Amino acid sequence: MARILAVDDSASMRQMVSFTLKGAGHDVVEAADGKQALDKAKGTQVDLVLSDVNMPVMDGLALVKELRALPNYKFTPILMLTTESTGDKKMEGKQAGATGWLVKPFNPDQLLATIKKVLG
Amino acid sequence: MSIDLSQFHQVFFEESYEGLDAMESALLNLQPDNVDSETINEIFRAAHSIKGGSGTFGFTDVASFTHVVETLLDEIRSETRTITSETVDLFLRSVDCIRRMIQQHDAGEPCDIPEASELKALFEAILSGDEPSETDVIAAVDPEAKAAEVQPENASQKGWRIYFKPEIDVLRTGNDPLRMFRELESLGSLSVTADVSELPLISSIDPEACYLAWSLELSADVPKSAVEEVFEWVVDESDLTITPLSESNLSSAENTASDAVSENASGPVVDSVIDAEPDNNEEQQNSPIAGPAPTESPKPVAAKPTATVSDKKDKSKVEVSSIRVGIDKVDDLINMVGELVITQSMLGELGLDFTIESLPRLLEGIEQLSQNTRELQESVMRIRMLPISFTFSRFPRLVHDLSRTMGKKIELKLLGEQTELDKTVMERIGDPLVHLVRNSLDHGIETPEQRINAGKPETGTITLNAFHQSGNIVIQIIDDGAGLNKPRILEKAQQNGLVAEGDMLSDDQIHDLIFRPGFSTADQISDISGRGVGMDVVRRNINELNGSVEVESSEGEGSVFTIRLPLTLAILDGQLIRVGKHIYILPLISIVESIQSFQGMLHRVVGGCDLLRLRDEYVPIIQLSSIFNIASDAKDMDDGLLVVVEGDNMKVAILIDDLEAQQQVVIKSLEENYKKVDGVSGATILGDGTVSLILDIAGLIKLAGVQRYEYKAVSSGDDCAA
Repeated sequence: MARILAVDDSASMRQMVSFTLKGAGHDVVEAADGKQALDKAKGTQVDLVLSDVNMPVMDGLALVKELRALPNYKFTPILMLTTESTGDKKMEGKQAGATGWLVKPFNPDQLLATIKKVLG
Repeated sequence: MSIDLSQFHQVFFEESYEGLDAMESALLNLQPDNVDSETINEIFRAAHSIKGGSGTFGFTDVASFTHVVETLLDEIRSETRTITSETVDLFLRSVDCIRRMIQQHDAGEPCDIPEASELKALFEAILSGDEPSETDVIAAVDPEAKAAEVQPENASQKGWRIYFKPEIDVLRTGNDPLRMFRELESLGSLSVTADVSELPLISSIDPEACYLAWSLELSADVPKSAVEEVFEWVVDESDLTITPLSESNLSSAENTASDAVSENASGPVVDSVIDAEPDNNEEQQNSPIAGPAPTESPKPVAAKPTATVSDKKDKSKVEVSSIRVGIDKVDDLINMVGELVITQSMLGELGLDFTIESLPRLLEGIEQLSQNTRELQESVMRIRMLPISFTFSRFPRLVHDLSRTMGKKIELKLLGEQTELDKTVMERIGDPLVHLVRNSLDHGIETPEQRINAGKPETGTITLNAFHQSGNIVIQIIDDGAGLNKPRILEKAQQNGLVAEGDMLSDDQIHDLIFRPGFSTADQISDISGRGVGMDVVRRNINELNGSVEVESSEGEGSVFTIRLPLTLAILDGQLIRVGKHIYILPLISIVESIQSFQGMLHRVVGGCDLLRLRDEYVPIIQLSSIFNIASDAKDMDDGLLVVVEGDNMKVAILIDDLEAQQQVVIKSLEENYKKVDGVSGATILGDGTVSLILDIAGLIKLAGVQRYEYKAVSSGDDCAA
């Protein structure tokens, strides 16, 4: 059981991710953009962050950089939910400090398999 | 596990429509010669979200189409491509196309839009101009993984020898070698040897850095790609070699590892430290000195998800229109209900031991209750209210497209977009508004040449204005065009027999002729308006909403169409009227005036409706007592009271016994609860508990058999009167 922060500006994606994770027994905190996510991450310690890349207000890359600058989130796994299957976006994410990525479109099974990788 | 993704479809559709609207308005705002990067970003983000969502929820046609749109947008965003007005048009067309695709999915129909492949080909042609076409988004398989699959998987039966040296900062990205080894262990049996040669003196160790390298042997019959997948996120920054175990010669990795071990002798003796480390503790997962072989077996898969929502599938077929409500409105409502509960408990207590002394408190409580009820009613109404921008938002695109087709230059101004009105009213006013705006574009605004000749600015202006006025919403469509052409309207009306030759009509009466059925002044039926649907339909639709539409115009300066609508269809401002023992309700908005003593104004007609001569026009009189077959107090017509009302484009006078109170009434549908009754639009329950019928003027006119246009204008009126 982990506390997971799910960040996506798309409500349907957020609901899908959240529903899947809750179904697997996790505790889910939702945010619609990087700014909201950062505020929520400061308010509560989460074990894993799943974040979209393209978002209004603050995008996923900026969020990762901000999170990594917080002592509490130095080593927390952060996965980018990215549609870019090309290499550059993944590398940008990695350089910003993301742990890994999950390429959209993904289904609930793939999501659970991936978070199992980081949560053990 | 199976999660029914269709439960998220509705949300996806709604946000896609919103995204498409946002794309559209941003595209319309885009100046190709001065591209604002934030606008491009906004468009890109919307397309991107739709692509991601449609792929996830299985709308592959939408996803693959949106992919090409997004690819081109991405190139424009990264400034490797410039944007032209042609590309903007192409994007606008694709917005329409995506919208139609999503609408078809939304309706549960098979998606079949021929334009999609045509547009997609256009995009691909642009893209392939200097870029190789990209792989389809649907095949979102990792290139590396693909490559791995092609590789011959020989000698995988025994397992794999892996050398893994992550970069020193690996832990700072949240990656943990220990976790990867656990994952490998779940594939088969694993042995791990740590290479600690790079480990510095304990005093100079950076606890956040990773100094270790590992040699691993995995005995498992798995493809190489399975092993690569474990290291997927770190492979680019790491030194990673994976070789089949069956190869008898030592791999270079093994060599390196054994070298490293031998070097160990000269290095600090850390081996024992690591060996002595207690069993890996979950909390120390992030510990920089990752332990060697994980001893615990991988954790069991997380508990099975509980909810599978297959029974919802059938429900999704039923079309339920939904509404998005700001949380503040819901909070208000909850607050009101809270107060209502307090009042209720206060009155309840009062009732327990009521004495006459508590009467003032009872009255006070009832007063409070009525205030609560009023506030509650207002709050509930507000929930159904949406800003009119929902309707206005379609016009920039409409005006953009139409003015291009017609070669006119038109600027659209939107005012009062935040003015709220009922969702149902909004849905039903959309089409009439489109018609009026098209009309202003087509007939109102002149061509640039005509405008210049008339000494006007080349660009015409159409303004949509909305505001609240005394319990109604007023929407105006204002153009600075040529104005209504009175002589031509009159000529046309005479041709159609709407007006007799020689009739004297005021300007307003002439202008009003355009709302008559069968009236169109367009010289030729244009593509834009005048498709047989006339202004009479506009007026009828608006009247059906208990609203009104009128036009003011001055030649050469433009026209103003003013629509007045009730804020909601659920509540009506009513005038209670009495005929005999029966109370009926007339919509207040339809009442023009009421006349008490009208001897001398009456004109009896044999075999037709009696008429009331009202100033310069004749108004047919409808007797409710005879239509509904009820007894009235008035023995003779002169004893009663006449209420002049307007409905279905004409005035009639209704004979009643008395006017009672004016009040807001909640409309209950007769059709839903009983059946449709001619002349009655609904019913309501009055304060004393009796049911009262709400009269439908247009229906009454039909019931009474009043001949339309039998009594049209002043001079011809005398002929009708007996």
